[in-house]
Amino acid sequence: MGELTFPVRIPLGRWAETLIMWVTDNFESTFDGITKTVNVILVKIDAFFNWVPWPIMIAAVVGIAWLVSGKKTALFSAVSLFLLGAFGLWSEGMSTIALVTTSVFISVLFGLPLGILAAKSDRFDAVLRPILDGMQTIPSFVYLIPAIMLFGIGNVPGVMATVIFSLPPMVRLTNLGIRQVDAEVVEAGLAFGSTPWQLLLKIQLPLALPAIMTGVNQTVMMALSMVVVAAMIGAGGLGYKILYSIQRVNLAVGLESGLGILFIAMILDRILQGVTKKQQKVIFRE
Amino acid sequence: MKSQVNRIECANLWKIFGPNPRRIIDDWGRYSKYNKTELMQRTGCVVGVKDVSFTVSAGEIFVIMGLSGSGKSTLLRCINRLHEPTRGKVFIDGEDITSLPKKTLRELRRKKIGMVFQHFALLPHRKVIDNVAYGLEIQGIDKKTRHSMALEVLELVGLKGWEHQYPHELSGGMQQRVGLARALAPNPEILLMDEAFSALDPLIRRQMQDEFIKLLKVVKKTIVFVTHDLHEALRIATRIAIMKGGSIDQIGTPAEIVLHPKTKYVAEFVQDLPRAKFVTAQDIMEPPSKWAVSANQTTEEIACKMDNENLWYAYVVDENRRIRGVIDYRTVVDGNGHLDPNNIMKDFPQERQHTFLEKLIKRAAKTSIPIAVTDENLRLLGVVSRECLLDALIS
Repeated sequence: MGELTFPVRIPLGRWAETLIMWVTDNFESTFDGITKTVNVILVKIDAFFNWVPWPIMIAAVVGIAWLVSGKKTALFSAVSLFLLGAFGLWSEGMSTIALVTTSVFISVLFGLPLGILAAKSDRFDAVLRPILDGMQTIPSFVYLIPAIMLFGIGNVPGVMATVIFSLPPMVRLTNLGIRQVDAEVVEAGLAFGSTPWQLLLKIQLPLALPAIMTGVNQTVMMALSMVVVAAMIGAGGLGYKILYSIQRVNLAVGLESGLGILFIAMILDRILQGVTKKQQKVIFRE
Repeated sequence: MKSQVNRIECANLWKIFGPNPRRIIDDWGRYSKYNKTELMQRTGCVVGVKDVSFTVSAGEIFVIMGLSGSGKSTLLRCINRLHEPTRGKVFIDGEDITSLPKKTLRELRRKKIGMVFQHFALLPHRKVIDNVAYGLEIQGIDKKTRHSMALEVLELVGLKGWEHQYPHELSGGMQQRVGLARALAPNPEILLMDEAFSALDPLIRRQMQDEFIKLLKVVKKTIVFVTHDLHEALRIATRIAIMKGGSIDQIGTPAEIVLHPKTKYVAEFVQDLPRAKFVTAQDIMEPPSKWAVSANQTTEEIACKMDNENLWYAYVVDENRRIRGVIDYRTVVDGNGHLDPNNIMKDFPQERQHTFLEKLIKRAAKTSIPIAVTDENLRLLGVVSRECLLDALIS
């Protein structure tokens, strides 16, 4: 049997590499600036979470959980945060929360306007959709490499990789939320002479808020699922602990750190769901 | 007299949804033979409004009536350009608004045209008062002023005391009052109402119609009202336009539509209607020239006229057409020379021009004298005889 060979070899990978190299060479200062800015935000948030004494932090989280989500979530938060500290992972846990907070902050910062634009323009939506699909389906390891090339090693490329992965739900749900606003209500806004901004701020965004909050929630969950991957390029926190435990085959550390991430994820999820439900009640009285 | 200002005018208005809609109008001779589905398959276009022209005078309640898909809501939305007309012009107070830039259009919508929606379209996250004040808020009117204006309108629609509730806490009828109040708050001259009462229960709907008509006596507005309910149209309209397949089949007063339908479609629509409920005296009365005689005429002249017109009774009027009484043919032929004042009967049935057929029939059943239709000064405007009544019922 003759071996069939392909007549051409398209070196797309090489092209991409060349492109990224070119970008790194020519926009070094830009990316340095981004790295520094993100780093400053991250360090400040990290320092803040690690500065707050643990009893106060637990009390604050429990208080918030109680307010927005009720007794059960409050109790769960108290127990699980206490366990996190008791596992000797308090500082790592706080670093992870800082990393997630920073990533989510950036995702919302970019995701919200992108979602709004996608809702306003079908054409923009059509262009954006495959890009978002790509961001979510390409294995996250693949874009760790350009992230390192552009932002170096450490927390910042971790945050950037996380943003890429966690941005799509924010964009999608903002888009969906705005598009789902009752057409007659939008017509009413226009019929009384609203400007596009008035329509957006007074009608579309308030009515899309529950969907947008669901987007924030999903973004948080996606970001948490990225912490181990981000640790591979130098991000710290619980993700690093888990990576360490994999490399050393250390079940004890792996289990405790894994539970730590689970706790943080569940607390954040319940609190954010509580906020979403509260808004739904205000807006739709369900 | 009613002022005859043309507040709204639509001239040869077309609205076609789909790609390249203008080619359809340019080549209408070719495309008109396709039905809706064929046109959609061949061109991807749907005709919403087809070459519609009409005018609405100030103070009128102009009802656009049609079944679903007839284009009535599309036509309504062309008036404030929620839908951009594909071709044709819309004039508001003589100004062509189809070419207004966005900013001027917004001003027009803010100040001149209010709108009420079928499903109320209230903002669920705002209290009643902030819903009502919405139109004022986006004009930049400060909170105190707009709230006091909103309160006034809320009182007008009978919702005083509900201002701090949320829309969902109100019944459907009350929610639509909020919708109405919101439309009235900026004090526009024109109200566009899109199936405004159609989502309400039948009893509430009737009540709202009555209250709406009452309200319009307090606040003078020009109304364009879209409905699929013929009874509603007949109850509230000064004129009705009946739409079918995007074009208007007939425009006329409720009585004209019912008594003289121009097309088969309209005729089918109105054939089962209880006419007695909306045909009024002025729609069926005969002119005074047929029924009136002067006291100065000789009995011979009067008898001759009554013979010609085939009358058993005639109304005696003075030079201002005020009624002095009614005379019987027999007393006239028995008389000699001049009318004997004793023969002029002072007791005769009289009604105003807006009296409904229903009441006229009841009245006619009790007397053989034809009913005089008069104005407030007892001037004879016309006469409704039994023949008129029967004609109106069977025609």
